Amino acid sequence: MACKAENNVPAVGAREAARGRTISWMHVLVEESEERTRFLPCPCLQCDDPPCTKVCPVYATYRNPEGIVAQVYARCIGCRFCMAACPYNAKYFNWLTYQKDAPGQNPDVSVRPKGVVEKCTFCHHRLQKARERARAERRELVAGDYVPACAEACPTRAIAFGDLSDESSDVARLARSPRAFRLGEALGTKPKVIYLVETEAHRRV
Amino acid sequence: MSDATLGRDAALLVPIVKTGRGFYVTVTILGLLIAWGAVAYWTQFDQGLGVTGLHQPVSWGFYVTNFVFFIGISHAGTLISAILRLTKAEWRRPITRMAEVITVMVLLIGAGQILIDLGRPDRLMNIFRYGRYQSPLLWDATSISAYFFASTVYLYLPLIPDIAILRDHLGGKRRFLYSVLAMGWTGTEHQQKILNRAIAILAVMVIPIAVSVHTVVSFVFSMTIQPMWHSTIFGPYFVAGAIFSGIAALIVAMGIIRRIYHFEAYLKPIHFRYLGYLLLVMTLLWFYLTFAEYLTGYYGSEPEEMKVFWSKFTGPFWPFFWAMVVCNLVIPLILLVRLRHHAVGKTVVASISVVIGMWLERFNIVVPTLSNPRLPFPEGQYWPTWIEWGETAGSFGLFILFYVIFVKLFPIISIWEIREGREVGVKEVEERLLTYLPDGAEPERAHDRAHDRARALT
Repeated sequence: MACKAENNVPAVGAREAARGRTISWMHVLVEESEERTRFLPCPCLQCDDPPCTKVCPVYATYRNPEGIVAQVYARCIGCRFCMAACPYNAKYFNWLTYQKDAPGQNPDVSVRPKGVVEKCTFCHHRLQKARERARAERRELVAGDYVPACAEACPTRAIAFGDLSDESSDVARLARSPRAFRLGEALGTKPKVIYLVETEAHRRV
Repeated sequence: MSDATLGRDAALLVPIVKTGRGFYVTVTILGLLIAWGAVAYWTQFDQGLGVTGLHQPVSWGFYVTNFVFFIGISHAGTLISAILRLTKAEWRRPITRMAEVITVMVLLIGAGQILIDLGRPDRLMNIFRYGRYQSPLLWDATSISAYFFASTVYLYLPLIPDIAILRDHLGGKRRFLYSVLAMGWTGTEHQQKILNRAIAILAVMVIPIAVSVHTVVSFVFSMTIQPMWHSTIFGPYFVAGAIFSGIAALIVAMGIIRRIYHFEAYLKPIHFRYLGYLLLVMTLLWFYLTFAEYLTGYYGSEPEEMKVFWSKFTGPFWPFFWAMVVCNLVIPLILLVRLRHHAVGKTVVASISVVIGMWLERFNIVVPTLSNPRLPFPEGQYWPTWIEWGETAGSFGLFILFYVIFVKLFPIISIWEIREGREVGVKEVEERLLTYLPDGAEPERAHDRAHDRARALT
C-alpha cells in the first residue's frame, strides 16, 4: 500500500484484476509448502545488466547512472518488448486508462496514460528530493537520506535499503551473508535486490 | 506492338477488361471484413489495448503472431521469383508476378500489425526520433522497409512492358495511369537491355534482404533470455518457415486465380507439381528444424524450458501444437509424395493446410513462452476477444483486397515474359542444353545473349 500511495499506482478494479491486469510495482510472490508459507516481495530488481533495456527501441527504459532502471512514460511507445524480455515480469502495462483524476495523488510522481509500460523506480523521486535537500544544506548525500516507500513502511523491517557499493554499509554486510541469494542469479542479469533465506539450510533458489 | 502479337495472350487481359458480378461480391465481402477490423481497431485506439485479451504475463498475442506470419508469407514472392529467375527456371514465367504481388501487399499488412500492437501508435515517430539501434525492433524496421522498397521496385520493373501493352490496347479513364506508369516504354533494344539488367541486379539483391528480414524477425524472440525463445536456431528456423509458408500462399493464390479466370492454359499441372515438390522439400526441412529445436530443448531439460515444452506437448497448448504438426507435416507429406495425378488439387489442399499450420506455429512460439513465466506469477490463459479476431479478419481482408485490385489493374501473368519464353526461351534452352553436352559449343557470352534477346523482342 505504501508503494501504491507513493507512486500513484492505479487500482485497476476487480474486473480488470480478474483478467490479469493488476498493476503492483511490488508484487508479493507466495510460496506455500506443507511446513511453511514464504513471501517474496518482488519489486523491479533493478538489474545491473537488465534484459529489458537492451530491447527497448526508443530509449524509453534505460539504466540510469545511479543504477536505477528508469522508464520514460512520455516516450514509451507501448510495444511491450521490455515486458516480454523481463524474466521477472517486473513491468506493468496500462491496458486502459486506469489513472483517473483523484484527490490525494503524490504530486512528485507522474501519472501514467493508457498504453505505456510502468515499473518500480526505487522511488527515484525521493532520491531527487534528497539530493536537492542535501545541496540546499551544502553537504554530501549520506546514507539514510533516501529510502524508498516500501523499506520505510515495512513494519517488521524486512526490507533493508542502502548503498551496496559502500563496503561498510548494512546492506553490503547483509549481501555478503551466506543466507543471501538473488532471483534468477544464473541468468546473469545481476539484480540489485538481494533476498535472505531463514537459515543457510533453507538456501535454494 | 500490334494486336496480332497480343492475339494468343489476349486472355491475360480479360481480368482487367471484364468485371463480372463475382468481383463485386468479393469486394463486398472483403469490405465487410475490413469494416469489422476497422471498428475493432477504432475501439482499441479509443479505449486502449485493454479491450483485447492480452494481459500480464501474456503481453503479446495475436498481433505479434500475425506480424511474424504475414512477414513470413512475404517470402513467397520475391525470394521464390528471384531464385527461379536466377536459376533460369523456364517454368517460372507465369508465376513470378503473382508471387511478387503477394510479397509487396503482405509486407504492408505485416508491418501494420506492429502498428496495431503498439499501446501508443501516436508515438510511432519516436522510433525515428529516439531510435535505439541496439533493439531488434529497429533491425526489423530497417530490414522490412528495405525489403518493401526492393520488392516494390522488383515488382514494378518487369511490369513496365506490360503496362505499355495496356496503354496501347486500352482506352478509357485508366489510360492516363498506364501512360504515366509505362514511363515511355516502347520496347526498343536499348530499353529491353536496361530492363533485363535491372531485373537481374535486383533479383540478386533481394535474396539477401529477404533472408535478413525473417532472421531479424526471429531475433525479436531469440535475443531475449526467455525459455524456448533464446535459441540459436531461430534465425534459419524462421527463414525456412517463412519460405515454407510463402510457397504455400503462392500455390493457394495460383489455384484461386486459375479457377476464377480460367488460366488453365497458363497455370498447368506441371507448375503446381514443381512447386509441390519445392513445398515437400520445405515440409521436410521445417520438420527437421522443429525436431532439432525441441529435441535439444528436451535433452537440456532445464526446468524453465521444460515448463514451456510440456505446456505445448500435453499442457493447455496441446491442441494448437498438435494441429500444427498435422497441418505442417502429416497432411502435406501424405498429399505431396505422389503428384502424378491431381497435382493441382493436392498441392492446393496441402498449401491451405500449411498456411494454417504456419500460423499456428507462430502462435506456438509467441504465446506459450509468455504464458509460463519464470516466477510463480498468477497464470491466465490468453483468449483473444472479438477485437483481435476482427483485426485479424480485417488484415486478411485488406491483403486479399489489395491483391484483387492489383489483378483488376495489371496483368497478373506477365504477358511479355510469356511471349519472351515462346520466342526466345525455347531456343535459348536448347542452345544452353547443347553447351552442357561434351560435344557442345562453348557457352556464349552473357552480353551477347542479352543482346540477342532484346533484338528478338523488337
